[in-house]
Amino acid sequence: MPLRLEMRLERSRRLEYLVPVLSVLLALAVSGLLLLMTGTNPLTAYGEMFSEAFGTSYGFAEVLVKATPLILCGLGVMLAFKMLFWNIGAEGQLHMGAWGATAVVMTGWDGSPWLMVPAMVVAGMICGAIWALIPAFLKVQLNCNEIITTLLLNYVAILWVAHFIYGPWKDPESFGFPMTKQFPDGAQLLRFGDSRVHLGLVFALLAAVVLYFLQEKSRWGFEIAVTGNNPTAAEYAGMNSRRNILLVMAISGGLAGLAGMSEIAGIQLKLLKDISPHAAPYGYTAIIIAWLARRNPWGVVLVSVLMGGLYVGGETVQITMKLPVNFVLIIQALILFFVLGGDILSRYKLVYRREAPIGG
Amino acid sequence: MSDSRAAVSMRGVTKRFPGVIANDRVDLELLEGEIHTLLGENGAGKSTLMNVLTGIYLPDEGSISVAGKPVRFNSPKDAIALGIGMVHQHFKLVQSHTVTENIVLGLAGGFQPVRLSEAEGRVAELSERYGVKVDPGAHVWELSIGEQQRVEILKILFRGAKILLLDEPTAVLTPQEADELFVTLRSMREKGHSIVFISHKLDEVMAISDRITVLRGGKNVGTVQTSATSPRALSNLMVGREIQFQTYPRPEMKGESILEVKGVSAEGDRGLPALKDVSFEVASGEILGFAGVAGNGQEELAQVVTGLKAISSGSITVDGRPMAGASAKDFIDAGVSYVPADRHGVATVGDMSLTHNSVLRRYREEKFGQGPLLNLVAASKYADRLIEEFDIKTPGRETAVRTLSGGNLQKVILAREMTTRHRLLVVMSATHGLDVGATEFVRETLNHHREEGAAIVLISEDLEELLSLSDRIAVLFHGEIMGIVDAAQAEIETLGLMMAGERQSEAVA
Repeated sequence: MPLRLEMRLERSRRLEYLVPVLSVLLALAVSGLLLLMTGTNPLTAYGEMFSEAFGTSYGFAEVLVKATPLILCGLGVMLAFKMLFWNIGAEGQLHMGAWGATAVVMTGWDGSPWLMVPAMVVAGMICGAIWALIPAFLKVQLNCNEIITTLLLNYVAILWVAHFIYGPWKDPESFGFPMTKQFPDGAQLLRFGDSRVHLGLVFALLAAVVLYFLQEKSRWGFEIAVTGNNPTAAEYAGMNSRRNILLVMAISGGLAGLAGMSEIAGIQLKLLKDISPHAAPYGYTAIIIAWLARRNPWGVVLVSVLMGGLYVGGETVQITMKLPVNFVLIIQALILFFVLGGDILSRYKLVYRREAPIGG
Repeated sequence: MSDSRAAVSMRGVTKRFPGVIANDRVDLELLEGEIHTLLGENGAGKSTLMNVLTGIYLPDEGSISVAGKPVRFNSPKDAIALGIGMVHQHFKLVQSHTVTENIVLGLAGGFQPVRLSEAEGRVAELSERYGVKVDPGAHVWELSIGEQQRVEILKILFRGAKILLLDEPTAVLTPQEADELFVTLRSMREKGHSIVFISHKLDEVMAISDRITVLRGGKNVGTVQTSATSPRALSNLMVGREIQFQTYPRPEMKGESILEVKGVSAEGDRGLPALKDVSFEVASGEILGFAGVAGNGQEELAQVVTGLKAISSGSITVDGRPMAGASAKDFIDAGVSYVPADRHGVATVGDMSLTHNSVLRRYREEKFGQGPLLNLVAASKYADRLIEEFDIKTPGRETAVRTLSGGNLQKVILAREMTTRHRLLVVMSATHGLDVGATEFVRETLNHHREEGAAIVLISEDLEELLSLSDRIAVLFHGEIMGIVDAAQAEIETLGLMMAGERQSEAVA
């Protein structure tokens, strides 16, 4: 083969940022071909998606609504990825967070919102954290593959929530729908103006700030970075990797739990099925976001807003152009596909080389 | 030379890498039906030479002929086609597949169907013929390391190889498995195969080989008949008899004892005993050198005295503090600095900046931040200071250390480990692969720290270095200390014998 991959001396910084951008463009181009095959003009579809999501104040508010859980889950997943812990379980952690927050409401306690909401936040984060600590503990103690444990625990969490909304927590007046009663006012998150944008967005942005300082300015962030780059060197430097895995996953799961809490207390106002969109669940989209964001908290915020736009734009063309709901999923999958492929190019370069002549 | 025909003959093979000559005009002749050992220290050029013979590297100069015909290899495939196969130290097997599946993997071209039952029969037959006991239907994950090695050997025989190269095959084996391997090798020799056996365990080499070629510094320093040589002569060839070196002035300045190691045993990564009942002391202002052929427990020794490996028995105290159950962090806090042999894999984080790497083991210190915060400004200033004081050649402190040359990378590590207030400094293969200037710099730095009162454990395969720097030299063999001698009176012959497994009392007598 005359074409060979050769390791780059230094990772290409330029490509590191160019790859995500090009991946998005390529994904749109390939999905565009698919649209053409179904007889839809892709430019019209994309134009409509974009102008709906980013061209109207209502649309943009909805984008921020979608971005809120995406930022929180994305930050959590990113932190775990930074330490090479492959947390695929944000979806389950989100569900457990929603469940924990609902449990506070279900006690029937009618405190003031100043106590109720913080209690729900704490409960949601703790439940998300516990759910993430299970695979972390299994990894540290038994070296279980976290990709499998985190993934499978998602289904357990979703069924756990289902059990409660079909059973003990079901609203008797819901005409048989599996959902709880609407939360009392004190258990709802403040919304801004007429929009559905809620306090959860503030939580998400605060989390990004905190994570930025943890990563860039703290000794602990340094430990995470070293462990993610060279675990042997981390051991040599006297870092406690086992403890750090547990801590990272507690934070990762806690953030996803907060996403679940803010989604039901800010948007749904009750616990129900499909807290996160069925076609492209937040917890899975977060994986793509973490990868695109280059392990940078601000990157997570930016990419989450763009992904939020994809959700809102996708809903629009579903209605106006009768495109299937899975269309958004296809674009997401293609983006991840191209980023993963493109990443090879930031570490290796393609070289065209003739067979070397041999000295005789 | 002999009445047998040459299976392989390499003439004047030279292979250069940037800054190093790995093979310097090496001649090697492998006869039909002989077991030929390549002996030499780490970095002597054994692996490079074998990689040339298997077509992985192209030689810069020189010629190779197989069965009398000149050949040129463009890839490992060409070597296999001519019947040359290699068993690497790290096996290349698919764990979830069976022995036979692994053996035929990659053989059938394109979409040709593989007749597994037929192949299985042939594997069983080969295994019978050469006495390589392994179940052709077993899955690789079920096999012991020794059995996996047999699969690698069968893989080569299955492809019809006449010439087998084995890269330190016994390094991963228990003594019993090694004995079984030797039975197999002898049976292959009887059937006319030629075998190159790479090792630095002298007792094995004496037991198995017909002839021995010793490489030192990339050169062939002699090919001898095994029956006409002795471990003593071999170790002299390996380390070089006519060592010329400069000794540093060694005023007596031993202070209080800093490191005390008593009856320490530890296991290696494979669970085999790596250190057995090791005891020694190092005082302030003293350099204790550790000599030994690679793989005799040096790595494990460095790890136990820096808290990176748990000991199974015995005790270690640093500065009077017992370190039972202590973590690597506890050792750092007790003032133990460590310069490991593996600069890229252990001592630095390649993708991170020089600034980050300069605080790798020191980021907890007060001067680099308050409470949970890391003060990158302080770290940058510190990095700048190191760059200046140690004359590190780098585009800047934000450069990823992966791009630094070996010597400069070593300077970063030394600078970091030496500018801290340490009581004990553990240094392994500190000058390995460095050029003359960098080597001199490292040695001077070590000597300077000795004068400042540090206790230093210096582990090296370079006897010259040990003799020029150490106050005393301990020799490790199979994880045991064969004796500790005063460096000023040490004789190279004595050290060579101890490295080959004779105790000090026997070696001196």
